[in-house]
Amino acid sequence: MSRLIDSVAELFGRDPRRPAPDDITPPAREVHARQRNDRERIENIRIELAHKAKHKPPEKLRRIRWLVLLAVNLLFVLSYRLDIQLLEGALTASRFAGFHMADLNSALQVMLAFKHVLINLLIGTTTVFVLWWLLGGRTFCSWVCPYHLLAEWAEMLHLKLAARRLVKDHPFDRRARTLLWLLFAVLAFATGYTVFETISPTGILSRALIYGPGVALAWVGALLLVEIFYSRRAWCRYACPIGLTYGLVGATSPLRVTYNLESCFHEGECRKVCLVPHVLDTVIKGRARDLNVDIGADCTRCGRCVDTCPTGSLTFRFKGLGDLL
Amino acid sequence: MAKGGARSQHMLSRARRRFLRTLAYGATVVGVSLAGFVPVLARWNRRLRPPGALKEDEFLASCIKCGQCVQVCPVEAIRLADIGDGFGVGTPHIDARDQACDFSCDGLQCVLACPTGALTHEIDYPHQADMAVARVARPAGCLAVQGKGFHGQARGPAFEGKLRYNEVDRWNPIPVRDHPYDLELCDLCVRQCPIEIRIAQCEAGKPPSGDRNQCPPQHAIELRPLDDGEGGRRMQPVILDGCVGCGVCEMICPVEPGVIVMDSSESRGV
Repeated sequence: MSRLIDSVAELFGRDPRRPAPDDITPPAREVHARQRNDRERIENIRIELAHKAKHKPPEKLRRIRWLVLLAVNLLFVLSYRLDIQLLEGALTASRFAGFHMADLNSALQVMLAFKHVLINLLIGTTTVFVLWWLLGGRTFCSWVCPYHLLAEWAEMLHLKLAARRLVKDHPFDRRARTLLWLLFAVLAFATGYTVFETISPTGILSRALIYGPGVALAWVGALLLVEIFYSRRAWCRYACPIGLTYGLVGATSPLRVTYNLESCFHEGECRKVCLVPHVLDTVIKGRARDLNVDIGADCTRCGRCVDTCPTGSLTFRFKGLGDLL
Repeated sequence: MAKGGARSQHMLSRARRRFLRTLAYGATVVGVSLAGFVPVLARWNRRLRPPGALKEDEFLASCIKCGQCVQVCPVEAIRLADIGDGFGVGTPHIDARDQACDFSCDGLQCVLACPTGALTHEIDYPHQADMAVARVARPAGCLAVQGKGFHGQARGPAFEGKLRYNEVDRWNPIPVRDHPYDLELCDLCVRQCPIEIRIAQCEAGKPPSGDRNQCPPQHAIELRPLDDGEGGRRMQPVILDGCVGCGVCEMICPVEPGVIVMDSSESRGV
């Protein structure tokens, strides 16, 4: 329970806390103590990193994820353009084979602004809630959201420029996202307009793909420019209320990335690639509370850490089902 | 000690800089989103909305901007607004002069597709729609007022708008340019009015789909003789209470600029 509270607090923007010695289970404490004195392990880390610098392993999961993301968005486009009618609408609301689906954040904005909830919207919201609860909440971000893909490409550019010292990352305060989420909820309720939808890059991009481009794309371009030249992944990390909504949905999701302390070499490679590195605080030497730790609610289940970890210490796990099997 | 002081000073200024740039980013995000208020309050674009649209404020509140109405429209009359509409970005509207709603779906598909009720599910038939009221804005340009007929393609060979012509194809709309007219006196606005077409079908005992509920209770438009003292055949279009503002008369009018426009301020109380 306290782990869930911590996970949600970190989702809201609190910095991860170093666990008190009492919070760490005896077996984990034993591993921590052993690792501090294990010269052989430390030497192994050096060899491992040197090897990895020369031979970058392919990011298999990332390729699969990009394919899934493109396929979902393409299905929207083709359903309309070729009149396949399988996935009608846009990411804000749609019908999959006739079943209503509604993006949770868009639906929330409409409910707050309109103050009536039609049965179709309720059905769509419930369906999508259950779907993303099962699949991990922010899984929506990295596996479906078209802005996420553009932001990943912008991030690659940012990192290249940063490596040449042409740009520098300027981190923001992560609590900003919570504040923006609250502000947009209050604005929707008070003004009666779905204020956030005006600037939602997810909505703008999804509609642009399906119905054709518009001037609204300039806003998306501006967000990307900020991320390339000023602040790495700024929108997804510090601003997007959609991410927070899905983060809350996924806080209790059975689909997790799970960390295994015993096999970990603490190279920190996972934290370098992670969109939300605070969720990986537990992989830092001495921080893990147990031999196995579930990664927190802000995790988008993108799998980059799973791909990157040279020791396989981070894995996908479907809780309950996996335990039963 | 002095060294520690300088260090904490450094940390403090770092934290302050982070706070300030977070504030700047957040303020920009909120500022840009609130700029969406301007086109709405100033009513820059008075839009003709699809059938069943709630009053403008409620419509903007309830529309989830998914475009499902766009996808089901058989004549592709519905388009989504761009960022120039502010809070209305992504909301559906109809540019009647380019492509009006001719109700060729009969069953109000856009209303059925709407997931939020922004297009109210309380209406089932075309005559229950209340999109706008047609207004004869430029009567002097009207061919009927001038006593003239019309021959040829209503909007020229390049016009891409479509209409369903029951006598040509009961189910599929065809381009207006593929259906030339030969009229002694131009009566296109009355002839193509979806409400008038339904009234005529009902009077002939053949309501659409054999459903008498499809029969409109009131006429929407008629041509009235102009008493010009010359005993001529000049007529003028008059909009009647049954007009639902679908925009077909605006689209089909063959003169440039069109004689009739849709006024959405009356009916939906925009």
